[in-house]
Amino acid sequence: MNIMSRLKKVSLAAACAAMLGMGTVAQAAEPTKVGFVYVGPIGDHGWTYRHDIGRLAIDKAFGDQVKTTFVESVSEGADAERVIRQLASSGHNLIFTTSFGYMNPTIKVAKQFADVKFEHATGYKRAKNVSTYMARFYEGRYVAGLVAGKMTKSNTIGYIGSFPIPEVVRGINAFTLALRKVNPDATVKVVWVNSWYDPGKEGDAAKTLIDQGADVILQHTDSPAPLQVAEKRGVYGVGQASDMAKFAPKAQLTAIIDNWDGYYVQRTKDVIEGTWESKDTWGGFDSGMVEMAPFNEVIPADTIASAKAAIEAIKSGELKPFTGPIKDQSGKVVVAEGVSMPDSDLLKMNWYVEGVEDKLPK
Amino acid sequence: MLFKLEPRGGISARMVYLTPLLAVGFTLVVGAALFAALGYDPIHTLKVFFIHPVNSVQGLAELGVKATPLILIGLGLAVGFRANVWNIGAEGQLTLGAIAGGGVALYFYDSNSPLLLPAMMVAGVLGGMAWAAIPAFLKTRFNTNEILTSLMLTYVALLLLAMLVNGPWRDPDGYNFPESRIFSEAATLPIILEGTRLHLGAAIALLVAVILWFLFSRTLFGFQVRVIGQAPAAAGYAGFSQKKMVWISLLLAGGLAGLAGLVEVAGPIGQLLPRISPGYGFTAIIVAFLGRLHPVGVVLAGLLMALSYLGGESAQIELGLPVAMTGVFQGMLLFFLLASDVLVTYRLRLLPGLKRRAGGV
Amino acid sequence: MNSDVLVLTLLTVISAATPLIFAATGELVAEKSGVLNLGVEGMMLVGAVSAFLAVTETQSALFACLVALIAGAGMALIFAFLTLTLHANQVATGLALTIFGIGLSALVGQDLVGVAYAGLPKLTVPVLADIPIIGPLLFDHNFLIYLSIVVVFGVLWFLQKSRMGLILRAVGESHDAAHAIGYRVVLIRYLATLFGGGMAGLGGAYISLSYSPMWAENMTAGRGWIALALVVFATWRPVRVLLGAYLFGGITILQLHAQAIGVSIPSEMLSMLPYLVTIIVLVMISRDSNRVLGNAPACLGKPFNAAA
Repeated sequence: MNIMSRLKKVSLAAACAAMLGMGTVAQAAEPTKVGFVYVGPIGDHGWTYRHDIGRLAIDKAFGDQVKTTFVESVSEGADAERVIRQLASSGHNLIFTTSFGYMNPTIKVAKQFADVKFEHATGYKRAKNVSTYMARFYEGRYVAGLVAGKMTKSNTIGYIGSFPIPEVVRGINAFTLALRKVNPDATVKVVWVNSWYDPGKEGDAAKTLIDQGADVILQHTDSPAPLQVAEKRGVYGVGQASDMAKFAPKAQLTAIIDNWDGYYVQRTKDVIEGTWESKDTWGGFDSGMVEMAPFNEVIPADTIASAKAAIEAIKSGELKPFTGPIKDQSGKVVVAEGVSMPDSDLLKMNWYVEGVEDKLPK
Repeated sequence: MLFKLEPRGGISARMVYLTPLLAVGFTLVVGAALFAALGYDPIHTLKVFFIHPVNSVQGLAELGVKATPLILIGLGLAVGFRANVWNIGAEGQLTLGAIAGGGVALYFYDSNSPLLLPAMMVAGVLGGMAWAAIPAFLKTRFNTNEILTSLMLTYVALLLLAMLVNGPWRDPDGYNFPESRIFSEAATLPIILEGTRLHLGAAIALLVAVILWFLFSRTLFGFQVRVIGQAPAAAGYAGFSQKKMVWISLLLAGGLAGLAGLVEVAGPIGQLLPRISPGYGFTAIIVAFLGRLHPVGVVLAGLLMALSYLGGESAQIELGLPVAMTGVFQGMLLFFLLASDVLVTYRLRLLPGLKRRAGGV
Repeated sequence: MNSDVLVLTLLTVISAATPLIFAATGELVAEKSGVLNLGVEGMMLVGAVSAFLAVTETQSALFACLVALIAGAGMALIFAFLTLTLHANQVATGLALTIFGIGLSALVGQDLVGVAYAGLPKLTVPVLADIPIIGPLLFDHNFLIYLSIVVVFGVLWFLQKSRMGLILRAVGESHDAAHAIGYRVVLIRYLATLFGGGMAGLGGAYISLSYSPMWAENMTAGRGWIALALVVFATWRPVRVLLGAYLFGGITILQLHAQAIGVSIPSEMLSMLPYLVTIIVLVMISRDSNRVLGNAPACLGKPFNAAA
């Protein structure tokens, strides 16, 4: 069978690589080992899937010089520390831990393995051998807001949230700021599905929002289900993590793509060349970590032009999405005109801007 | 059918010990064939799966850490299953134990009292018990089936934990990320093997196993449980209360699941997270039956189950074996183990002809 | 809410409930024969992935559903052989089947992640579908939704009216008595278990072909467990499975609506509602102990050997 033979090929290659790795201990050309810890399965078509594509980019860039390893579906509880330690103690030189819940275990293991470099995604704790990295996905959501504001007719946007954490709240706010900049009458309805990934429920949430008048659906969950619903119902949506256009060719206005390739290749290179040092990376459009999928043809040319202009302005630093005046839900100005919110405030954001019709848990 | 199963009319003492070995042997052979078919070196793969995780002190300690919650929960569930009380909501009871015990740790965050840890344990046990008391009450008072209530309450418990950790119990210095503060030293389980993660909880699990073993084989209570499970009507005549048994089963299982939850958060995790267990409450059901509902069996089954998880991780790291393969392999291992139990109470007889009337089907 | 929105909301409920209806009705038949198979989640996933594989290879939705049916039944066959022929414990074997099914489906689906499929075509009943409100609710679905209703009432008829159904119930009620009369207990349980697996497979197919047409690992997201609970909720009555699934789906959608309106209750609490309501309703139903006990198969989960 097709799958089996393919599986066989992949696994043979892996087995050979493993044997080579063991056989060449004494040689100088020992490959650099890079390990990944994933919170979901690589087949989730969302967060983990994108990280694994980043891992494959390392394979492609360095060939035999580097050997990558991954462990899938590692729960964020007690298991994480064991897996990270096992990677560290089995000769991995660089370890990416790709979920927020791995923060404390990463720090803990890093203390015991001073020679191993660690990279933790989305967290805030660093050490001499622990870097953190994250993407400014909110920049993408800002651009999506510029487009959505022009495309909505009902002036109601539906937003599917996973969990009310700062990352998601920041995305909602960035989107809403841009939305109301181009369309002051538009508002955002939020539905939380309390899951990162449940295609059925995400789709149901999309249907609910559309039934309540939303004609553009944003999502901060992993599956293409909301877009598929949008396609069927004849409204618009914005893809998440990957370009999901093939799931919804008419409905997807654009997508906010996670692209870890460049960062992963660079950090691996740093380790090989001995130039790696601990740092905090919060990359946006400028770093290539955040990309927009091609804009749908249904979007008017001038809207596309202004969206592209915004991307360039954000890249150059000329435009910062969280620049005052920003009003909170009560209408009070919380960020004064011309002032840009510092990263430290963005990081812990737990309040909504004006135009979001939802209440955050305190 | 080429074979026929005949009841032995009793339990074969030899088979009690022989069948698990037989099953493991079977799994190794079939597993080797499977891995070979997929292009992996079969012997090496099996070694990576079963030997590499435990060929160091560190590895053995990790095995203990992973097995501890499975054993604790499995021990409690086994009692209920003997009495035909179908509690499949241990995951929820575990979660409530973590919430209650972890709540104490957070509330008394500044305390250095040596009583803090015991208090957390008591709270953990009570939390699990309270959650299990709901199905017990509904079962005894309204005759509501505990399969449904205990399962549904699991989802409620998980959402409750998420709500607390995303809201009021967030680490005040944690940038509003969804996790609690890291528990203080006084609220963390002591390590019993220096340099590893093996914590007091593992010892507690073994102690509980010994206590339950004693209860079952040496006391009237153990006898009652067995009678109720095997012949509820007879138990009724003998004056044992089925209702009492429902309460005892659920409270015991809930309490131990709650303790398991507390042990996880006060041990290897050290704080409250939105989700603290990767489904231990469900896996422990398998552990209970693999251990034939016997305390010693549960301990062994818990260790084996834990080993299969660790082996899966090793196989991913060392061989690049996808986690999906681990699931398939684990499922097979369990199938063989469960199926081989048949030999304890049945005798296998091969039939000479093909067309004989079979007893099995 | 105007009538259009009402209809749309009800349609959402119907589609959310359909996979549950398939899986729960199948499980109900298995349980009525005395077999408790907790592997529904695993069987659904294998059904989902094989349906999606088949549809992408052949483009035939009907064939894909057939494949899912067979794949689900194949999973159930493993279960049946272990528990009915080899007398393995049913509860544990069912859970092991779920672990196996999650792994197997992920393995089979490796190359299917990210593949798009347009979704099942609708079978619109001419004329009738144009009736306001009733038309779209009853006569404008894909064939699996019609089939789910047919299955429920088919099973109802089978269990209540047919001779085979009577025998099946007798086997679940007292396998020793049924055996003494001369019924082939194990064979009947095999068939009931296979039916359960086939229906779980179809439930999975509905998820990967219609509910969210794609394949991703673990995409059933726990619906197999809800289906199990629904059988208990329904006190082993087919029509109540239907009602239970619509109730559960209905509350789920309702809480999403409440959120979208902006009700200031934490979303986690709203998300608890479907589970809590299910418990409360079951408590109300099961207070009348005679009726419930009369429905629960007395031999549920118990092993049987003809020679015993």
